[in-house]
Amino acid sequence: MSVETRADSAIPAESAHPLKHSRPLGDRLFAALALAAGLLVLVILVLIAVSTSQQASSWFSAEGLKIFSDNWNPGANDYGVLAFIYGTAITAVIAVVIAVPVSIGIALLLTEVVPRRRSAPIVYVVDLLAVVPSVVWGLWGILVFAPWVQHIYNSIASGVNGIWVLGFLFGGQNISGASFFTAGLILAFMITPIVTSLSREVIATTPSIDKQGAYALGATRWEMIRGVVWPHSQGGVVGAILLGVGRAMGETIAAALVIGSSPTITSHLFAPGYDMPAGIANLFGESSGIFRASLMGMGVLLFVITIVINVLARGVVERSARRSRGA
Amino acid sequence: MAVTAQAPGGPQNIDLREPPSWRRTKNRLMTVLMVLAFVITIVPLGFVLVTVIAKGASVISWQFLTSGIPPNVLPANVGGMGPAIVGTLEITALATVISVPLGVLGAIYINEYGGKGILARIVRFMSDVMTGVPSIIMGLFIFTLWTLHFQYSGLGGALALACLMLPIIIRSSEEMLKLVPDALRQGSYALGASKARVTVTVVLPAAIGGIVSGALLAVARAAGETAPLLFVIGIVTSVNKNVFSGPTTSLPSQIFQNATQPYTGAQARGWGAALTLVVIAFIFMITARLVTARFAKYSS
Amino acid sequence: MEESQQDVVTKAERMAGTEPLIRQPAVAAGTGNVIFDVRDMAVYYGAFKAVTDVTMPIYENEITAFIGSSGSGKSTVLRAFNRMNDLIPGARVEGEMYYRGATLYGKDVSPIAVRRRIGMVFQKPNPFPKSIYDNVAYGPRINGERNKKKLDEIVERSLRAAALWDEVKNRLKMSGLALSGGQAQRLCIARTIAVEPDVVLMDEPASALDPISTGAIEDLMRELKSRYTIVIVTHNMQQATRVSDRTAFFYVLTDSKSDTRTGVLVEYGPTKQIFEDPRDPRTQAYVTGRMG
Repeated sequence: MSVETRADSAIPAESAHPLKHSRPLGDRLFAALALAAGLLVLVILVLIAVSTSQQASSWFSAEGLKIFSDNWNPGANDYGVLAFIYGTAITAVIAVVIAVPVSIGIALLLTEVVPRRRSAPIVYVVDLLAVVPSVVWGLWGILVFAPWVQHIYNSIASGVNGIWVLGFLFGGQNISGASFFTAGLILAFMITPIVTSLSREVIATTPSIDKQGAYALGATRWEMIRGVVWPHSQGGVVGAILLGVGRAMGETIAAALVIGSSPTITSHLFAPGYDMPAGIANLFGESSGIFRASLMGMGVLLFVITIVINVLARGVVERSARRSRGA
Repeated sequence: MAVTAQAPGGPQNIDLREPPSWRRTKNRLMTVLMVLAFVITIVPLGFVLVTVIAKGASVISWQFLTSGIPPNVLPANVGGMGPAIVGTLEITALATVISVPLGVLGAIYINEYGGKGILARIVRFMSDVMTGVPSIIMGLFIFTLWTLHFQYSGLGGALALACLMLPIIIRSSEEMLKLVPDALRQGSYALGASKARVTVTVVLPAAIGGIVSGALLAVARAAGETAPLLFVIGIVTSVNKNVFSGPTTSLPSQIFQNATQPYTGAQARGWGAALTLVVIAFIFMITARLVTARFAKYSS
Repeated sequence: MEESQQDVVTKAERMAGTEPLIRQPAVAAGTGNVIFDVRDMAVYYGAFKAVTDVTMPIYENEITAFIGSSGSGKSTVLRAFNRMNDLIPGARVEGEMYYRGATLYGKDVSPIAVRRRIGMVFQKPNPFPKSIYDNVAYGPRINGERNKKKLDEIVERSLRAAALWDEVKNRLKMSGLALSGGQAQRLCIARTIAVEPDVVLMDEPASALDPISTGAIEDLMRELKSRYTIVIVTHNMQQATRVSDRTAFFYVLTDSKSDTRTGVLVEYGPTKQIFEDPRDPRTQAYVTGRMG
C-alpha cells in the first residue's frame, strides 16, 4: 500500500488507514540531516585526535618518554618539550590569579551592587574586552606594552633580588618585557570576559528569598554575599574558573608574540619563556620531519589537556546547577 | 477616628544608629574592591583601543584599504592591506556558509529531535567541550586532513574557521530554540503538521533573531582568528580572487607577520590592519546587539 | 436593626464605588505598651501608591494579625516595619512610623540595626544552604559572636524556643535544606530569634505548610508571644481567630478614574470584636466570606 508522498505535507493520502501515516520522505530526510549535523561534532573531535596523533607518531617513537624531558634542541635532534608544558602551566596560573578576583568582583558588582538599569555600561566594557582579537592584543603587547613594562620589571627585579619568595619569582638577571608574566597578564585580560559572564550567570540564580532571609537578620550586603550568595554559587564559579584556565592554556597568538620565545624553565616570571601553542605557531613554518612531528605532538598534548579541563569544568558547572535546582 | 498612644515618659532609649563601624567599614571596603575590579579592566582596554586608533588612523586611507601589500621594508605611506581585507572577507564568508546551516541543524537535533536521550546529551556536552578546544588545534587538524593533500587555499582556512564556529553556533542556537515556548509547537502540531514542518515553519522563525545574533558574534570571533589559518592558507601579498585554490592572506595573518618586523613601515601597516580588524569585529558586535533588540520585540 | 446579608454587601459595594474613599480607619485603642506607632503611613513603589492611610498602634507581647484580600497592602505594611521595602528600587514610605518612640525612617537610622531588632519569617521557608547549626548561628556570628561555647548555647536556646531542638539535636551538622517544610520553617524561626529581636514579623508563615505543621507553628506563636511582639499577615481567617489578639483589616480601593488599586487600612481592633461585631460594612463583608 503506497502512501502519497507529498513531501511537505503531513496529511495522509486517502487510501491509507485514516489514523496512521508513514512519515513522508522529506521529514525523514530532515531528521537524518539534523542527526548527522549533531554527530558531526563527535566525528570532528575523534578525527582531530586521530589525525594529529598519527602525524606525531614519529616523534613519540623517536623520543619515547623523553618527550617529557626539558632538553629541547632541534639542532641536535632533541625534542623534549617540558619547557613548553611548563610555560603553558605558568602563564595559565598567572592569568587565573589575576583574572579570577577581577572577574568575580565585576560579576558581584553587576548582580548585587549596581541596579539593573545602570549596569549597561559595565556589561558593555566587558563585552568590548571580549571583542578585541587575540592578534591585536599581541601586536599591542609586543610593540607598546613590552618595551614600556620592561623598565618596571627591571626596577622590581633589582629591588627584590635576594628577598626570599619575591626574589624567587620576580628577580633574576634575564629580564625582558616579553616574558612569562607579560603573557600571563595579557591572557588575564583575555579570559576575564568569559569568567565574568559565566560567574554572573551562576550568581544571578541565587534565590531572592534566601537573600532576603539574610537581610532580614540584619546583615550588611557583604555579609549577605558571603553567607548566601557564595555558598550557592561556588560550584558554578569554580567551573567558570576552570573554563578560564582552559582558555588561557589554548590561547595562541597573543602568547606567541609576547612570551619571549625562549624555551626555558625558570621560576623568574620576568624572564622570557615559551608555551605549547606559541611554540607550534612560531616554529611550525620552518619545521620538517621529526621536528614537525614534535610540534604536532605538542598539539596532541594540548588537545588532551584542554579536553580534560573542559570536561571537568562543564561537569562541575552542571553538577552545581543541578544541585541548586533540586535543593 | 484614630487613637494613638505614645508610651509614657517619651521615647524609650532606642539606638537605631549605624551598626559597629568595623562591619560598616568591611562592607564599604568590599564595595570599593568590586568597583576597583571594574576599573582594572577599563585600563588595559582603554590603553589598547586608544593605541590602535591612534596608530592605525594615521595609516588608514582609501589607498590603504585597496592597495596591495608592499615589501615590509617600505615606509608606511606605501601600499596597504587590500588583499588581506579581501581574504578575511572571503574566508570568513565561506566559513559562515559552511558552519551556520550545520550548526543550526545540530542545534535542532539536540533540542527538537534528541529530547532527553543519551545521544543528545552527549552531543550537547561535547559541543560545549569543543568550544574550548584551542583554535590552533583546528589549524593543525585541517592542515593534516586538507592542506597536506590540496595545498594552501582559502577553502582550507574556511574549513578551519568553520570547525571553530560550529560548536559556538550549535550552543547559542540551542539556547534560542529552548526559549521558544512549547505552546507554539503544540499549536502547530494540533493543526496536523509534522515535526519537520513545525520546526522549520514555526520554531525557527520564532528563534531566528537570537540565532542570527549568535551567529554574528561567532563570525566576529572567527574574523579575528589567526591561529587556525597559520599553516593552512599560506601568505601572499596580492589578492587571490579564487578562494578555493591557491594561497591567500587575511588581516589577522598580516598583523601577526608585521608585528615581528623591525621595519616601522611594516609595523605601521600592522596597526592599520589592526584598526580595520577591530572596526569589523565591532560592527558585527553592534549588529548582533541591534538584531537582538529588534527581535526581542517580536518574541514572547 | 437586622440588616440582611444582601444589604451589607450592597452597602459595601456602594462604598467601594464612592470616591474619593479616604476615610479614617476605625481603630479601637487598647491598653499596654505601644511598640509601633504608625500615623498616616503610605507606601509608594515609584508613582504607584500601594497602600495608604495606615494609622495604628501595635502593642507589646500581643499577636497582631493583618487580614484582607490580595493586593490590599498587608504584606507591604508588614515589610515597612523592618525596612525590607528598602530593597525594592523606587520604594518610598511616607507618614510616620515610630518604634518604641524612635522614628524608623529617620535620616541617621540604619536599616541593619532596625532588622536586628525586628526580625522576619517568610512565607516560603528559606533555610540557607548551610548546616542547621550554621543557619541558626549566622545571625549571632555577623553580630560579632565568635565564642564557640556561647554560640552553642545560643543555637540550643533558639532551637528549643522554636520547638525544634529535640528533633535535630543529634543532626546539627546536617544541611538545613534537608528538613521538611514544617521543620524548615521552625528552623527559620529559630534563626530569627537567635539574634534576640524585640519583634517577630511573619508573612503568611504557614501558608506553604501542611495542616499539621501549621498547627505546630501556631502553637509556637502562642508560646513566643510572652517574650516577643508578633505581627503576622495571613489570608486564613480561622488562623487569625485562633492565634491573634488584635486584627487589622485591609481593603483594596479601586480608583476607576485612573484604574489603580490602592490598599487602605479599614478597621483595627481586638480580634473578637473584628470578627463578631465589625464596625465597618466592608469588614463585615470580608469576615463573613462574602467578599475577597
